[in-house]
Amino acid sequence: MGSRASTLLRDEEIEEIKKETGFSHSQITRLYSRFTSLDKGENGTLCREDFQRIPELAINPLGDRIINAFFPEGEDQVNFRGFMRTLAHFRPIDDHEKNKDPNVSEPLNSRNNKLLFAFRLYDLDKDDKISRDELLQVLRMMVGVNISDDQLGSIADRTIQEADQDGDSFISFTEFIKTANTSLEPWARLPGTTLHHCHC
Amino acid sequence: MEDFGKIVFSAFIVWFTLVVGLIMLPAMFGISLGITEVYMKVLVKTLEWATLRIQRGSKEQQKPTTLVSNGIILRDDSSMEKEITDLRKGRSRPQINGEFELSDIFYFSKKGFESIVEDEVTHRFTSEELVSWNLLTRSNNNFQYLSLRISIIWVLGVFIRYCILLPLRVTLATIGLSWLVIGASLVGLLPNSSVKNWLSELVHLMCYRICARGLSATIYYHNKENRPRKGGICVANHTSPIDIVILANDGCYAMVGQVHGGLLGIIQRAIVKACPHVWFERSEMKDRNLVTKRLRNHVADKTKLPILIFPEGTCVNNTSVMMFKKGSFEIGGTIYPVAIKYDPRFGDAFWNSAKYNMVSYLIRMMTSWAIVCNVWYLPSMTRQEEESAVQFANRVKAAIARQGGLVDLSWDGGLKRAKVKDAYKEEQQKSYSKMIVGDDSS
Repeated sequence: MGSRASTLLRDEEIEEIKKETGFSHSQITRLYSRFTSLDKGENGTLCREDFQRIPELAINPLGDRIINAFFPEGEDQVNFRGFMRTLAHFRPIDDHEKNKDPNVSEPLNSRNNKLLFAFRLYDLDKDDKISRDELLQVLRMMVGVNISDDQLGSIADRTIQEADQDGDSFISFTEFIKTANTSLEPWARLPGTTLHHCHC
Repeated sequence: MEDFGKIVFSAFIVWFTLVVGLIMLPAMFGISLGITEVYMKVLVKTLEWATLRIQRGSKEQQKPTTLVSNGIILRDDSSMEKEITDLRKGRSRPQINGEFELSDIFYFSKKGFESIVEDEVTHRFTSEELVSWNLLTRSNNNFQYLSLRISIIWVLGVFIRYCILLPLRVTLATIGLSWLVIGASLVGLLPNSSVKNWLSELVHLMCYRICARGLSATIYYHNKENRPRKGGICVANHTSPIDIVILANDGCYAMVGQVHGGLLGIIQRAIVKACPHVWFERSEMKDRNLVTKRLRNHVADKTKLPILIFPEGTCVNNTSVMMFKKGSFEIGGTIYPVAIKYDPRFGDAFWNSAKYNMVSYLIRMMTSWAIVCNVWYLPSMTRQEEESAVQFANRVKAAIARQGGLVDLSWDGGLKRAKVKDAYKEEQQKSYSKMIVGDDSS
């Protein structure tokens, strides 16, 4: 009878997370369930090993980078709030949010923030530009051993050449936005929300 | 004090006689007195009533009921190539085949996030979540709302399960196991003959039947005409050690496994005297050729009982079937697939060996409402000529999954403890490399 009362989320917390991330009540409880099932140490936080235990994530070539995105600078544990904050980036963009009060800060899953998130996957040293080395690192992770250093180098050079507009051989965030001007496929349709498939 | 002692003693005798007369003897001869049926009917009615009340209660409180059976996200099942090409469509310039785009990263990060929210594998190693509560404390994860009436029923349930059913079941199980050891040893003293085989089968069947009653197991067997025959190999999906009791209630099998110490070791040594089972020392298990050879010899002898093997190699939570290890399918002979599906409403049969050891697991089993399961015997299969062992294993696995209504996964059950092989990551890297260098192989 209510055996896990101590580990259940309080309603106030759910409201706070709702405001911050935009997830619905049922989505938050469902994701909390997921969080606790990943938390093998049962101490309310996740460490990197907890993520790596997910086989589909472990075989993702960018798995380590994605896991890193959850952990704030220099820390090894992430709690549920942090977990939700990072997941919020990939929530689909709701149409009805577009007409919200402009004074409210940009929602975490806005198009801009999604692109910023992807930019940070490349930009490891967080100096707001992607260097040739950083690009090569990510490329190497995605292709493994199947492409030679030379060929990979020329791919990187070509990419920088196309994207770089101010000629400093780095890709800044603005240049990134212009080049990666893709039809940003929203993350997924979550049951329980009414949302439109957004091609922005 | 003496009178009290006498009363307790005579009460015990009466109770014991009832147990033997009403449960054990009919079980030994495979007859049912109908007590279990009545019990099950009452149980089902109570659970249905409880479900309705909980639903009504949560509607009144306007709490959103969490959707358990639906996944939380909808996934695209298209290939890597298609998805990355779709991502690139927003480009204004014409696309030259074999190029890298900065936006390619979105494919991998999206897949990564999807797997963090929900993946196919990790939840197969914990008990299945129930759609509605079945009045057992252990399965109360999401159902917080309880009315007074339900609480009363729940307390009653705890009393019945722990104070009435548990001692009863423990008694039966003890009787069953001791009879197995004694009976098998006695039969083992006889010289080899058909009488010995017949007696050994009888002893085994009776004891497993008593043990099944000791778990309040109700088993429905389907397609009995496909039952495994001598000289064949029976393969089934694995959920718990109880699978053996479930299957052995309807036929005799030769068991395969490691030699254990303790109680299990005693049982193993006893039953191998009565009929040939295949027990391996721990060191022998590592030598795959030796294992295959011994099993092949056993199968070749058509007078020996069919071998029972669980190719998954580990216990899974009965919502899916995981990768079948190819070793069992290289032995040759006829394979008789069997699908076992437990009904989770009455008790969770899955053995989470990380969380519970054998004794606590058995106590959990004996304090559930009942173990209800369906066993389907599937038509026999043999390996085709051009088929590799792996393909054959997958074919059998698909048939079992289809029959039992389970999800067919190719992930290895060993992922419960071990890390996933790098080979899968390398596969993905290879496909992606092909995309960005075009068709020239480098």
